[in-house]
Amino acid sequence: MGLLALFRKTPSTARVAKERLRIIVAQERSARGSPDYLPLLRRELLEVIHKYVNVDPSAVQINLGHEDGHEVLELSVSLPEARRGR
Amino acid sequence: MAEIIVVTSGKGGVGKTTTSASIACGLAQRGKRVAVVDFDIGLRNLDLIMGCERRVVYDFVNVIQGDCVLKQALIKDKRIDTLYVLAASQTRDKDALTGEGVRRVLDELAADGFEYIVCDSPAGIEKGAHLAMYFADRAVVVVNPEVSSVRDSDRILGLLASKTLRAEQGNGGVKEHLLLTRYNPRRVASGEMMSVDDVKEILGLDVIGVVPESPDVLSASNAGAPVILNVESDASRAYEDAVARLLGETLPLRFVEEPKRSFFARMFGG
Repeated sequence: MGLLALFRKTPSTARVAKERLRIIVAQERSARGSPDYLPLLRRELLEVIHKYVNVDPSAVQINLGHEDGHEVLELSVSLPEARRGR
Repeated sequence: MAEIIVVTSGKGGVGKTTTSASIACGLAQRGKRVAVVDFDIGLRNLDLIMGCERRVVYDFVNVIQGDCVLKQALIKDKRIDTLYVLAASQTRDKDALTGEGVRRVLDELAADGFEYIVCDSPAGIEKGAHLAMYFADRAVVVVNPEVSSVRDSDRILGLLASKTLRAEQGNGGVKEHLLLTRYNPRRVASGEMMSVDDVKEILGLDVIGVVPESPDVLSASNAGAPVILNVESDASRAYEDAVARLLGETLPLRFVEEPKRSFFARMFGG
């Protein structure tokens, strides 16, 4: 097995584990501390917007930041390009 | 002033109780007055690992509810003079532990002259785990080099940074350390297990100890003698090092590399 292992090119499972963890841990850390209602707020906003404009789910971004001691809820919606004649 | 150390992890079965018992013993062997407290209400096990299960008369909840005084519930270790155990209760009542009650017991232990109070946290992030960490000055986060354990540890680090008295007071927070257990240098070398450095990098924390996977840990719990007392064992030496580092010594990590095997051993297997 020793010799064969030298020629095998599959990435080690430890490296796979580390990569997966790096991503999920970073994602969970960024969500930490934000209120629990953010995902629900995002979904409901998306539904409302969807009634008027056909937007992609990823077009709605919600961020909670801090500025001068205030909490700032930042909402950005990128609308698809308007078609002429409507 | 007593220093309160919580041993926590989020995930179950990673070695919290084994670690609490060994760290408490190690500190006491160095002459410190130590109380080790089981916060796992309903699933008491520290008493078994410490080998004092038949001497439990009163427990943590009895003290909180005033059924006895603290002195009656503290079990003096038969091996080390300065070591005492406070067992968890076997009640199914989840609300038996209260923040106020825990604070009172910890204050009383400190007033009694205990220098270290080791809090053995239950798994999970429920009340018991919350109260085990709430009053801590330091945290030893026990982690196995395995995906679910590492992720849960990160979750616990988030709680230590927000849901503790020190975090709320904003005076530097809880001092956090990582302790890796079930470490297998051979599997790390062959790429089957994450290394100390991998785990350290993901969690961004200093490592206070690496305990190699060892059959001695099971033998120790079978016998009710914390593994640190088995001086022949690598696990014992690793815990000794961790205790020394907790006390501020700087030591290189041991048992993180595969022991060198002779040419013949490699040729003929083994």
